[in-house]
Amino acid sequence: MTTIENDQKPVGHGRMLRKEDPRFVRGRGRYCDDVQLNGMLHLAILRSPVAHARIVSIDTTAAEAMPKVKAVVTGAALAEQGLAWMPTLSNDVQAVLATDKVRFQGQEVAFVVAEDRYAARDALELIDVEYDILEPVVDVRTALAPDAPVIRTDLEGKTNNHCFDWETGDQKATEDVFKRADVVVTEDIVYPRVHPAPMETCGAVADYDRIDGKLTLWSTTQAPHAHRTLYALVAGLPEHKIRVISPDIGGGFGNKVPIYPGYVCAIVASIVTGKPVKWMEDRSENLISTGFARDYIMRGEIAATREGKILAIRTNVLADHGAFNGTAAPVKYPAGFFGVFTGSYDLEAAYCSMTAVYTNKAPGGVAYACSFRITEAVYLVERIVDCLAYDLGMDPVELRLKNLLKPEQFPYTSKTGWVYDSGDYEPTLREAMRIAGYEELRREQALKRERGELMGIGVSFFTEAVGAGPRKDMDILGLGMADGCELRVHPTGKAVVRLSVQTQGQGHETTFAQIVAEEIGIPPADIDVVHGDTDNTPFGLGTYGSRSTPVSGAAAALVARKVRDKARIIASGMLEVSVADLDWVKGAFQVKGDPGKSVTIQDIAMRAHGAGDLPEGLEGGLEAQICYNPSNLTYPHGAYICVVDIDPGTAVVKVRRFVAVDDCGTRINPMIIEGQVHGGLTDGVGMALMEMIGFDEDGNCLGGSLMDYLIPTALEVPDWETGFTVTPSPHHPIGAKGVGESATVGSPPAVVNAVVDALKPFGIRHADMPLTPSRVWETMQGNHTPPI
Amino acid sequence: MQVPGQFEYQRATSVEHAIGLLDRLGDTARLVAGGHSLLPMMKLRLANFDYLIDINDLHADLGYITAEPQQIRIGAMTRHRELLESTSLKEHFPIFADAERVIADPTVRNRGTLGGSLCQADPSEDLSAVCTTLDASCVIQGSAGTRVVSMEDFHRGPYETAVGEAEMLIEVRFPLRPGGSSAYEKVERRAGDWAVVSAGAALWLRNGVISDARVGLAAVGPNTAGIPEISALLRGQEPSEELFEQAGDIAARSCEPATDTRGAEGYKRHLAKELTRRTLRKAVDRIGERAQA
Ligand SMILES: Cc1cc2nc3c(=O)[nH]c(=O)nc-3n(C[C@H](O)[C@H](O)[C@H](O)COP(=O)(O)OP(=O)(O)OC[C@H]3O[C@@H](n4cnc5c(N)ncnc54)[C@H](O)[C@@H]3O)c2cc1C
Repeated sequence: MTTIENDQKPVGHGRMLRKEDPRFVRGRGRYCDDVQLNGMLHLAILRSPVAHARIVSIDTTAAEAMPKVKAVVTGAALAEQGLAWMPTLSNDVQAVLATDKVRFQGQEVAFVVAEDRYAARDALELIDVEYDILEPVVDVRTALAPDAPVIRTDLEGKTNNHCFDWETGDQKATEDVFKRADVVVTEDIVYPRVHPAPMETCGAVADYDRIDGKLTLWSTTQAPHAHRTLYALVAGLPEHKIRVISPDIGGGFGNKVPIYPGYVCAIVASIVTGKPVKWMEDRSENLISTGFARDYIMRGEIAATREGKILAIRTNVLADHGAFNGTAAPVKYPAGFFGVFTGSYDLEAAYCSMTAVYTNKAPGGVAYACSFRITEAVYLVERIVDCLAYDLGMDPVELRLKNLLKPEQFPYTSKTGWVYDSGDYEPTLREAMRIAGYEELRREQALKRERGELMGIGVSFFTEAVGAGPRKDMDILGLGMADGCELRVHPTGKAVVRLSVQTQGQGHETTFAQIVAEEIGIPPADIDVVHGDTDNTPFGLGTYGSRSTPVSGAAAALVARKVRDKARIIASGMLEVSVADLDWVKGAFQVKGDPGKSVTIQDIAMRAHGAGDLPEGLEGGLEAQICYNPSNLTYPHGAYICVVDIDPGTAVVKVRRFVAVDDCGTRINPMIIEGQVHGGLTDGVGMALMEMIGFDEDGNCLGGSLMDYLIPTALEVPDWETGFTVTPSPHHPIGAKGVGESATVGSPPAVVNAVVDALKPFGIRHADMPLTPSRVWETMQGNHTPPI
Repeated sequence: MQVPGQFEYQRATSVEHAIGLLDRLGDTARLVAGGHSLLPMMKLRLANFDYLIDINDLHADLGYITAEPQQIRIGAMTRHRELLESTSLKEHFPIFADAERVIADPTVRNRGTLGGSLCQADPSEDLSAVCTTLDASCVIQGSAGTRVVSMEDFHRGPYETAVGEAEMLIEVRFPLRPGGSSAYEKVERRAGDWAVVSAGAALWLRNGVISDARVGLAAVGPNTAGIPEISALLRGQEPSEELFEQAGDIAARSCEPATDTRGAEGYKRHLAKELTRRTLRKAVDRIGERAQA
């Protein structure tokens, strides 16, 4: 059934198979680790075995003496070149190689370059580092205690572990509303540290050509252009002499947004040795040292009337940023877009205050499929709304229906200043209820409760804010978050579109071909999508935060319209009528009232490049380039319903059903959207039930392998039941909103709400993720402890 | 890609050859069977050996499940998958299929072996619990010949066994007695994960009375443990929920679980009880089903 559907070949939007898949399913993808160059050397990184220590000495002589070893480099050597520290994406600095202290387990201490990977790895064992162990700061709750050891002694005058404070909303107004509210509910809600854990780990191949001074860097990056500029600024290499290539990427999820020390080490190593150098981290290195996500300890408060009208939400957040503030977010947004914690509801007031601290843990705080911290925001609001429903004795759906924003309120300015572009929420929730058979499920639950069976139904409703972003507000280290796009139509009517964003599995090679196809009527199969190579694509900020379709997708549509406008002028010459007398029927211009007289886009392309005159003043060729600066974010929304069964004897949670109704505006390729949603939902089940990067009291990472850091398999997830509504974005040229992260954002609260609902007979209002059998059982015993 | 340190590699052509190599190379050498425990440890560099002696070619000699009137003999190189699919085991010891279905994943089960599982002596090892439950004994061969040790004596502590230097495990024997059945239950955080706790039970009925019963637990102490006190309680009694409840209580208090990322100590004790009850119940049910069939 799906095959026939999937085999459709729409000229434009619609279900079609992904153009990139033949190479992936045949094992012909070309990833960073597939890059093989003549004379290539291999780099391995020595990492700190401890969380916090002063480096007393490093002896590299034995390692240097090993056959096949070409170089051993320490932080001291980098410091001589001024390269021991580098800026993070959040205006902090991070050690490339530790000079003074190590600040987290897994931190980069030295690197070896050798003829093969084995030799490089073996040589690490011969580097002798003497550490003077310092007390680590592990629990974020005590990081600001007066006697806590100071982690960032590298920052001048630093006497504590404070990272930043941030607030949003109106504190006074919120306080007033809370004072007069009938009901106030407070709950401590933890979003534990998790890891993006892409299938492909991070890595790079650096090839510095000493003759022409050009550096070519293949790297696992979601933002090749931004990285190139940062390398130019940091390393002092001229930008035109740097080419960053992001080949096929085996999953990003935000993990590949930051610049990691390993990339810089590979570049340094290639410059020093004059040879290409490959660095690929292994699985453990990826899990313990690269950008984590979440790690917010949130106190949620909600104020409402007795009848269930929500009045205000207030939250106080303690954010664990690890040893360096490596958050990947627009610089003016240190907490990302957490400000949308007001959710999908019509409030009178809202306020959030946040304190971020340093701890002896890996840095990061990446946009792990979270649209810059919206995952945390949505989890907070959807959990606290359920707590309110619990206290009011109201059905969680009824409470939400009562408070959802109404369509006539859009564009809606939230109490924290976000302008929601469009939304029609109630039909989306009703559609989810219809698919789930909500009333029937509640009846089944009532019967089961009588028999002592534990069944739970969890609901979440989310509003996302994606497509960063308007350059007046949003930049990454000074680079505005706009995206370029270039379209060339070749003489025979085939085309190439060049994007500034980079696919990591989202299907850009298909979606963007379809966007262009819809606008100029060339079949997607005839449109090549080029991306991920700074020498061959226009500048732009890359793929994360669900921004590709909202920003780059708009650019692709507009550049195609620009080409179409030129094509119209050429057509008017060919058909000898004025441009006003032409109708565009997808793929051809037709003389108004005379359908027999028309020229196709292919005819026009040949004319644009061919012999013969073009209309007065028109240059030849059929191509255009633009840079798109979004006027606002787009605000997708969705309603999710999860059904779980819990074995009362073992406390094992089984997700029986999951209904996801998404509204991402105009739907370009529904199959790709469903794929994105399926992946995100799986992610959400993982975070809700099993994923967590934990630490012991010495700061040892307890999630350093996939035996310890569990990610879900097909056996833990149900057959997804998806649906949709369509509320186009009013400001996006084709009305599309992003969908890449919706499911990751929306699903964890649905799963947790379902588990908590199942535990209602035990008088339970809240339980923290990850809801492993042990944690669920302890919760049933009234013994719930938040995760550390 | 995680890479191990340097090592030399040789394929053994016979049990004697393998033992000869072990004898010559001493503790710098290790046998590699399925490699699913050993190689990850080497890649993580938790273990480094100078020599690996590959015994996979011995599967022809040591990969068998042989049913005799008094016992079933299983060769040390028998793979998880062969244990899972064996009709003879399904008939006599359904506990094997129960356990194998929840050990790792098909990739691991295609290679991992009974011998490797027992010799790894991981406290969470499922097959060790199965063998304990079934009162198995292990045949160890060295240059001086073979000797047989009981499961109780085989495991000496976490990752330690009775197999000496220059010896190898070649066979595991399971006594066959009429009128019994068995079952295995495991709680895991995710499919393919190691047990939070698992329990096996084997039980024999004569005229509606339990003539013997054994329970083996995994992941609740330094080694998978048999619990004689439970056998003593059950012998001579008629099966009942109350009785199994008491057996569960004994299981919960005779194990020594520790709190770790897989679960809290209290939860593990609770599971020891719950799974003991469930497996005893299931073993009895199976005896009943067989009688009806
Ligand atoms: C992802 C994954 C998940 C797993 N999940 C589970 C699980 O849920 N439950 C479970 O019980 N197990 C699990 N395992 C372990 C798996 O069952 C292993 O295959 C098994 O433990 C070891 O068997 P092997 O043949 O691979 O042994 P190897 O790794 O080859 O050897 C293990 C040890 O035994 C020694 N050895 C092997 N054979 C002999 C012999 N004949 N005589 C003397 N010494 C010998 C070796 O020298 C080595 O020290 C898992 C493994 C993996 C990789």
